[in-house]
Amino acid sequence: MSPTCDPLVRVQADDFDPATETRRLTAGRRDVGAVVSFTGLCRDENGRLEALELEHYPGMAEAEIARIANEATGRWPLTGLTVIHRFGKIAPGENIVLVVAASSHRRAAFDAADFLMDFLKSRAPFWKKEHVAGSTEAGWVEAKDSDLEDLKRWEG
Amino acid sequence: MKLIYFAWVRERIGLSDETVDLPAEVKTVADLLNWLKGRGENYSAALERPDVIRVAINQEHADHSTRLPDHAEIALFPPMTGG
Repeated sequence: MSPTCDPLVRVQADDFDPATETRRLTAGRRDVGAVVSFTGLCRDENGRLEALELEHYPGMAEAEIARIANEATGRWPLTGLTVIHRFGKIAPGENIVLVVAASSHRRAAFDAADFLMDFLKSRAPFWKKEHVAGSTEAGWVEAKDSDLEDLKRWEG
Repeated sequence: MKLIYFAWVRERIGLSDETVDLPAEVKTVADLLNWLKGRGENYSAALERPDVIRVAINQEHADHSTRLPDHAEIALFPPMTGG
């Protein structure tokens, strides 16, 4: 299947507004029947975390997200797809990542957003460092085996 | 060859990037990791478990059996934890 839309990919330090990004995919259109939006936020792990610091590989981060997004537009009939990933220091309650997938029908939008998040977790070059509350200690978050298991859902 | 390091690989080596002249026998990504490990304690600490190190050549993921191009930007980093 040829790609159905041109995905919008942004890697930025600044915050984003999910409502604005959703409107961008629906404004002036009559063919969109479903929009699925996923926002990943920084959580404080029951007060343990003061902040997350996200390091990224400039250039490759954008390129790799674009490769994943283009795979999704080839796989599902999407009318729009937006992926935004932040880097830098992010406090609990703040946004980290946004995926918005629009389609004529809900299944494609749900599946594409789910697929994007699974692949972003283990293929996009970002690394999280945890800043622990009340301490100068900071440690790198370890990748989980379950992240690789999540990728297998999309094989075959 | 330009090498770039991220996250704890960068911290353990103590450099974010460097340019190196590779000996002729270093032909693949695996050879490169093995050669780097012998360059000092900081490198051996960063690369003590080469199997967990992820590699990108010219900003695209590559596996350890990939042959190195003549000139490239090669990035070494831990498993990714974005999203």
